[in-house]
Amino acid sequence: MAKVAMTVNGKSVSREVEGRTLLVQFLREDLRLTGTHVGCDTSQCGACIVHVNGEAVKSCTMFAAEAEGAEVTTIEAMANEDGSLNTVQQAFQDYHGLQCGFCTPGMVMSATALLKENPKPSEQEIRDYLEGNICRCTGYHNIIKAIMAASGQEMPAMAAE
Amino acid sequence: MYAFEIERPTTLADAVAALGREEAQALGGGQTLIPTLKQRLAMPSVLVSLSGIAEMRGVSVNDAGLLCIGGGTTHGTVAKEAAAHYPGLADLASHIGDPAVRNRGTIGGSLANNDPSACYPAAALASGATIVTNTREITADDYFQGMFTTALEEGEIVTEVKFPIPEVSCYIKFEQPASRFALVGVFVAKSADGVRVAVTGASNNGVFRWSEAEAALSSEFSVGALDGLSVASDDMIADLHGSAAYRAHLVGVMTKRAVAGAK
Repeated sequence: MAKVAMTVNGKSVSREVEGRTLLVQFLREDLRLTGTHVGCDTSQCGACIVHVNGEAVKSCTMFAAEAEGAEVTTIEAMANEDGSLNTVQQAFQDYHGLQCGFCTPGMVMSATALLKENPKPSEQEIRDYLEGNICRCTGYHNIIKAIMAASGQEMPAMAAE
Repeated sequence: MYAFEIERPTTLADAVAALGREEAQALGGGQTLIPTLKQRLAMPSVLVSLSGIAEMRGVSVNDAGLLCIGGGTTHGTVAKEAAAHYPGLADLASHIGDPAVRNRGTIGGSLANNDPSACYPAAALASGATIVTNTREITADDYFQGMFTTALEEGEIVTEVKFPIPEVSCYIKFEQPASRFALVGVFVAKSADGVRVAVTGASNNGVFRWSEAEAALSSEFSVGALDGLSVASDDMIADLHGSAAYRAHLVGVMTKRAVAGAK
């Protein structure tokens, strides 16, 4: 067992963990922050994406012990302080960027990371950035629309509509 | 995963000491090793995480004009910070995996693993890079020794990679559509000493230099110089994603595209 201390959603946390404890296990099972999902557990799907020191990472492919001293942000910290949905989340609702919702935490975390480094992405830049996020419901169009809207841009006409 | 202890050294010296423990294994960004551990294909008793070692991170140009990248530098950082110095390398880094993978995976980890379909080995070999470890410097031509095999000794750590910066370069890969790994990837680098062409993804022996293409391109750097050249398919990987002949054909096509795109 190893002791690990980090900041999660602004709160300091410290626990004893096994070496093999994944960051996503730590978040879900030790901290009970179950908004972060495990879709594939093989680094493919992106449902487990959280921010570590401001960067999007797949929390199923990082050990909790590697987050020692890090600032971790999960989907639970995305809403506004009054509990209402933030701009990205609201756009996902407004543009039907989800159906079953399983991939949505990872989508929102990826979209947020993208808009931080590129506030006005093109449609292609959004599609490229979401390469590591898999959605099996929407066919992606509405997710792209939601992210375009969240960045304050006009919606482009899309192919296959 | 089998159980293991995890060590988190913050200096290279501590990492080397930790790797001296029995059945210890270095952990770079973990984007290959963690999935491998999950499948129980490896069972180290100690995992030594290198991600906390600040002295192994960073991108800089030294006095000799070489681009020096710390072994613990992520693909995402190389994509951003190498762009002004070596655009061909930065472009390669910006297309490895996906953004979240690029925020964890490291150049040292990729080169130490030497996956036959990884991108970085092609860049290191085509650039004539030097792989620096905690004990010595190894030229890329001596470093890559076959699929998943390198000149690294047990417990040796890739601390830095030094790239001569070519006049023009380009990396083009044909992605395997499911994994996005390179089915075939070709890095072309033209410098005053001539042209080097390194191929990844194709051969059962891992990354290799295509010497006929190098000779042709060194005398005339144009797509047309490659007309009529082909690689033998004997040693090519054959699997459900592509036959040996298909991969051999792709080597020619990707090389032409890389020459056309070189800048």
